[in-house]
Amino acid sequence: MVKQTRTKIKETPGERAFSWVVAALLVVFCLLIIFPLLHIISGSFSDPMSLLRGEVSFFPKGFTLSMYEKVFKDDNIWLGYRNTLLYTVLGTAISVILTMCAAYPLSRKDFYGRNVITSIFVFTMFFTGGMIPTFLIVQRLHMLDTIWALVLPSAVSTYNMIIMRTFFEQTIPFELVESASLDGCNDLGIFLRIVLPLSGPIIAVMVLFYGVSQWNSWFPALLYLRDRGLYPLQMILREVLIQSDISNMAGGMGDVEIIGDGLKYATMVVASLPVMCLYPFLQKYFVKGVMIGAVKG
Amino acid sequence: MKTAVSQGTKRSGKATGSRLSTAGKKLWRCKYLYLMLLPALIWYIIFMYAPMYGAQIAFRDFMPALGISGGKWVGFKYFIQFFQSEYFWRLMRNTLGISLYSIVVGFPIPIILALLMNELRNERFKKGVQTIVYLPHFISAVVVVSLINAMLSPSNGLINQLIQLFGGDPVHFMADPKYFKTVYVLSDIWQTAGYGSIVYLAALTGIDPSLYEAATVDGASKWKKLVHITLPCILPTIMIMLILRMGSVFTVGYEKIMLMYNEATYETADVISTYVYRRAFKGGEYSFSAAVGLFNSIINFSVIMIFNKISKRISEVSLW
Repeated sequence: MVKQTRTKIKETPGERAFSWVVAALLVVFCLLIIFPLLHIISGSFSDPMSLLRGEVSFFPKGFTLSMYEKVFKDDNIWLGYRNTLLYTVLGTAISVILTMCAAYPLSRKDFYGRNVITSIFVFTMFFTGGMIPTFLIVQRLHMLDTIWALVLPSAVSTYNMIIMRTFFEQTIPFELVESASLDGCNDLGIFLRIVLPLSGPIIAVMVLFYGVSQWNSWFPALLYLRDRGLYPLQMILREVLIQSDISNMAGGMGDVEIIGDGLKYATMVVASLPVMCLYPFLQKYFVKGVMIGAVKG
Repeated sequence: MKTAVSQGTKRSGKATGSRLSTAGKKLWRCKYLYLMLLPALIWYIIFMYAPMYGAQIAFRDFMPALGISGGKWVGFKYFIQFFQSEYFWRLMRNTLGISLYSIVVGFPIPIILALLMNELRNERFKKGVQTIVYLPHFISAVVVVSLINAMLSPSNGLINQLIQLFGGDPVHFMADPKYFKTVYVLSDIWQTAGYGSIVYLAALTGIDPSLYEAATVDGASKWKKLVHITLPCILPTIMIMLILRMGSVFTVGYEKIMLMYNEATYETADVISTYVYRRAFKGGEYSFSAAVGLFNSIINFSVIMIFNKISKRISEVSLW
């Protein structure tokens, strides 16, 4: 960075124009990303009638909180929130532990059978049994309509496992392991006393990767759950936001849509809020995770 | 540890007959590592390899009561049924169409975005841009699709208001098969382009700054530097990403499609995986769906092998 600023002192007019063009392009791109979000947020605070007439663009019109009052009174939303929170915490814990248990041995150069087992794991990134056989296995295990169907079948992501393995390979020097084992420490002790205390950042990355994907997932619930009481937030949202649209499409415009839009927007905001609020603070961990992954391709 | 290993190899060199027991010894030395690995190994067997075994129902007349290997063996019956069905070409056309469309339009965008962001000197501005462009990645598919519905709504959606402003008639985008692929691909770019640029940014930061300094001293223009330094340096990353992307050319994210499509747009929206889901869970035809799914897996696997080989030949970049 320092070197680059040194060369930047003699900036020609052409180069300055170039920098402005770059900045302008990026600003346009950012605006394209923000506008739809802004529209939803301002719509959720607006008077439903002006929203219906299409008067709301990027600022609330006829400011009201009534939509949010309705959303917070909806029991289904609360139920979904509670379920999702439970699935996210439990699922993330299981995922991170399983991933770590797979990643550490595979990161050790002296692990006998390392290549064979790595291949066994990595093969599943490129070939799978498919949706139906997986469903049948989950059914055979009597996991349908239980919380386990949502947290176990998707517990390990091989991609995340490889990221973690790469992290261990890069940050834990083999000499450290060697000297600890000379001191009579076995591999479990090494893992718990030396590796674990050094792997805070990668655990954070994994918690976030798994946590966000569990929070946002809905398809496993559609596949494995019949009991509405177990629905995660995203399934409730799907009913409120999307299926109502499709029935509207079939039956033309009804009363539902008139009340609906503002309510829908508020629901979208409420559902995305936790992740959106946490994200800017945790951004660096996500970036770090992707970067470690990028090293190995 | 090291001395132990070298002793082990010496011993096996002297007595080749005891190779098996040496392997046993090596395994025993790693017993705790295997103990750690065990839960994950069991997970892979149950949730990855057991379904592969279960995929045999594609070759059988599956009856829930008889279990996975209990149905009558019918060979390729369901595969042939699929190849001959009127849906086969429609599904291939849609799956490939959406994939290729999104590769052609979407693949270069994260690269361009990364190159642009890499030119920014003002750290704070750069951070802000990054925060905004990564953001959509964290919004769930359900919310993104409702966002699309809201923006494209024929009654009060922003896009249709714009169209009306310029004197056009409102278009019912989500119910018109003509627009499905475009809506899908553009919204995908909206959601993933920013996050996808991180990989390239990482590659860009890895370039040795002295290369640029030398080029500047030699009087190279920005464009020359881009073509002769930047692009060659990130080419391996681009190739890897392209292989991975091409490898999944027959997999289209069914989660989003299932949220976006409806009977009116099946014609252009239905892809292999959504079809598998409908035939199995709406029609109860497990064997047929499993056959279609297995066919899809095999094609995926072949495609990624082929592209890996091609890439190895051309640019010496490969996944393994």
